[in-house]
Amino acid sequence: MPYLWLLLFFAVPFLIVLKISVSGMRLGMPPYEPLITWITSQAMDIKINLANYAFLWEDALYRNAYGNSILTAAVSTILCLLIGYPMAYGIARTRPSWRNLLLLMVMLPFWTSFLLRVYAWIGILKNNGLINNLLMSIGIIDEPIVMLQTDFAVYLGIVYSYLPFMVLPLYTAIEKLDLSLLEAAADLGCRPMKAFFTITVPLTWGGIVAGSMLVFIPAVGEFVIPALLGGPDSLMIGRVLWEEFFNNRDWPVASAVAIAMLLVLVVPIMILQHVQGRQLGTHR
Amino acid sequence: MNRRRSLFVVTMMAFGFAFLYVPILLLIIYSFNESRLVTVWAGFSTKWYVALFQNQQLLDAAKLSLKIAAINATGATILGTLAGLALTRFGRFRGRALLTGMATAPLVMPEVITGLSLLLLFVSMEQAFGWPAGRGMTTITIAHITFSMAYVTVVVRSRLATLDESLEEAAMDLGARPAKVFFLITLPIVLPAILAGWLLAFTLSWDDLVITSFVSGPGSSTLPLVIFSKVRLGVSPDINALATILVLIVAVGIVTAGLYMQRQLKIRERDVQQALAANL
Repeated sequence: MPYLWLLLFFAVPFLIVLKISVSGMRLGMPPYEPLITWITSQAMDIKINLANYAFLWEDALYRNAYGNSILTAAVSTILCLLIGYPMAYGIARTRPSWRNLLLLMVMLPFWTSFLLRVYAWIGILKNNGLINNLLMSIGIIDEPIVMLQTDFAVYLGIVYSYLPFMVLPLYTAIEKLDLSLLEAAADLGCRPMKAFFTITVPLTWGGIVAGSMLVFIPAVGEFVIPALLGGPDSLMIGRVLWEEFFNNRDWPVASAVAIAMLLVLVVPIMILQHVQGRQLGTHR
Repeated sequence: MNRRRSLFVVTMMAFGFAFLYVPILLLIIYSFNESRLVTVWAGFSTKWYVALFQNQQLLDAAKLSLKIAAINATGATILGTLAGLALTRFGRFRGRALLTGMATAPLVMPEVITGLSLLLLFVSMEQAFGWPAGRGMTTITIAHITFSMAYVTVVVRSRLATLDESLEEAAMDLGARPAKVFFLITLPIVLPAILAGWLLAFTLSWDDLVITSFVSGPGSSTLPLVIFSKVRLGVSPDINALATILVLIVAVGIVTAGLYMQRQLKIRERDVQQALAANL
């Protein structure tokens, strides 16, 4: 039964998206009603057509949006890793009675509304928001710093929202680490820094990769954060798809955007599945 | 261990937790602000909470969201548990690889893609069979079940993977029928994971904005949709009040669950010790 469900509501829809992305060639351009285009394209002979993809490739807007999304996601992932690794390390090294509490504290934001947590940053970053009010009342600045509707705000929002996804797999990996290896290295005269990079990092590599992918993949397709915190020029592909679909009502191009996004994400998704499969395997 | 490094780790941890919690705390503090300007403090007031409970649009949306979340959580839990069982217990069956892929893909799929593909499916189904007629609660629920059952599957699967299969084998050796084994042995052991999966599915559905926007229709605005359209226009203090209430509910729930788990762990440890003592 779950099989049928997934087949019907997960696999079939992809085929439809794929189909629509290569159809609607003659009438698929914006001036026409999208739904009608599609009916017509179904009625007309099925002919695979890559015009929508060519359109994506030629238009600098889409190329920039893809590039920008990947860049934003990559930078945010690295920032998450830099903050998340010491956090996970610290949690794994505290006393066991504290660990569960700290882990709960990492997970709690994950259970509260994503939308409202992003919303919280609007009030903080606004021109008359908390940071600017504070800085101006101390007298450090005279004019508010523009923070909302910048790329900075988008990075901040993504790191803030996805940090728990980074910390949890890292914690699992670090917790399993055998401390006697580090002690042995220290006994043999290895400096802590070197021990960290030659022992700790390679042994927790699975957690690093899993965490990074869990942040990177959803961040590429993110819509809410750039829509609320980003400026009009901070193009991310999730937002482009959204606008193509809801504002321009161009369904074939939106479908092509989705398929192209999937192609970009295929490699990271495969890496993630590989790592997770190995982790499930070692549990047994 | 090296003191300088542990100082660094503690500092980073403090920074990380502050980063996670300060925005939420500010949200809560400013929900009690008298002024309409969210960021200027003008004295303590609970008037935004009063305003919140008079806002019929928000209340209706909350009711609809609750209904969808409850139906979704139940459906997703049943399907997700079945999928988890199939993947860990039935060995190799035809289409196992496909099921594995389909059961984990929604976890990482960008929401815009899932939403778009489901909407296109609903539209073409409507043209082909006349069902589902239009978009609304039904389509939202189906869409939510599809992505949240993947989470349930993962939770149930990792629990089943750590479960000792010899317990089931022993019961079968002693003559229990498969159905009885399932209800007496497997289900009770997996139950915590199933409950966790239900809660997770409920929360995911309750929070979802992107997929819902694609598959909802006129007159079926869930709470996140209403919040999003309000928030786009800027900050407003009654959203702060709403956020405070939601955060408090979640916090109480998580703390209760945490305490409960801690107690169960202690009980189990005691049982194991008693069993060992009895055997000696």
